[in-house]
Amino acid sequence: MDPRSPEGHGPRDAEYWAAKVDRVHVSDDLRAYGYNIEGRRIAGPMNGFGRMWQRTYTADIGTAATPERVVADWRAHFGDYWPTMGHFHGTVSAIKPGDVALASAGGVPTGIMVLYADDTSFTFITPEGHVVAALITFSCETSESGGTVAQIRMLLRSSDPIFEAMWPLLGRGEDIFWRRTLNNLAAAHGVYDVTVRAHTECVDRRRLWKNWFNVRYNAGIHTIAHALTGPLRLRRRKTET
Amino acid sequence: MPPHEATMAVVPLAGAAAAIAITGDVTAACEHELMTLHEQATDSGAKLIVLDFAGMEYMNSGGIGMLVTLLVRCQRRQQKLVATGLTEHYRQIFELTRLDEAISLHDDIDQALAAP
Repeated sequence: MDPRSPEGHGPRDAEYWAAKVDRVHVSDDLRAYGYNIEGRRIAGPMNGFGRMWQRTYTADIGTAATPERVVADWRAHFGDYWPTMGHFHGTVSAIKPGDVALASAGGVPTGIMVLYADDTSFTFITPEGHVVAALITFSCETSESGGTVAQIRMLLRSSDPIFEAMWPLLGRGEDIFWRRTLNNLAAAHGVYDVTVRAHTECVDRRRLWKNWFNVRYNAGIHTIAHALTGPLRLRRRKTET
Repeated sequence: MPPHEATMAVVPLAGAAAAIAITGDVTAACEHELMTLHEQATDSGAKLIVLDFAGMEYMNSGGIGMLVTLLVRCQRRQQKLVATGLTEHYRQIFELTRLDEAISLHDDIDQALAAP
């Protein structure tokens, strides 16, 4: 039986998961910016190259909103809470399972797919070529004191040897990025002096050398190539019209 | 809907193999118990760890993350990790996340034991 059937006899979690796809596709309106992910496969932490890290960021954002309300708001305004050092180009929907969204950091456009989303959490998974091969879960829960605790938890490896070599810098940038995201989320709920707690753990010290060739999808390299070939594309377009 | 608690148990199998039978809801909250049971199976000398999901009723993305962590632990100990009893829905999640490339999927424990 198709677990996503409308008869409702499928698993309880069926509507929360993205449907299986072999390749990531961006919507037509985002295609001009989606050249780094269009047609790429999903690449979770086991498909990356570098050491595997588990990073957890938490922030107590008080009692003003329930976990469900904060997550609904987070899904609806996800891009608004991103720090200015990055851009998130969501689709018209509010982070629904299977959505593909474009994101850029440091001028390198890439993206994510929404793997899972329920009332209190949602998870992104990365495509090939992204800086990291990762599962990133955003969630909220009620703390013992009755407040709402927002959390960002990720399991990630750098995708290829180039990004791994840059990891001391990229990892630091990510650290700042996610702290600011939680700061912005808290501020949107009226908490301006939030303390973000962070915990980083190396889950696997090995580098997966069998995946070194991921470098062929490296979004940084493709972005440079895309920029250099821009005049050619422009000329071809003019010729076609 | 709040998740129901998962229950897990180690089942010794023939040869250097052990199954971890999982029933109920698989979330990140199960991580400590799953890792403890994996240690138990490792202490018994298991080189093949079979995750038996026949009784699983629900899994969220935290469950997938937990399996990635378990997979790393198994690889560190030169153990093979396989999964059995997954419904079509959960098989598709394994395929979507490409976990099936690292954790081979079998219909049942006998098939997993017979696999090369």
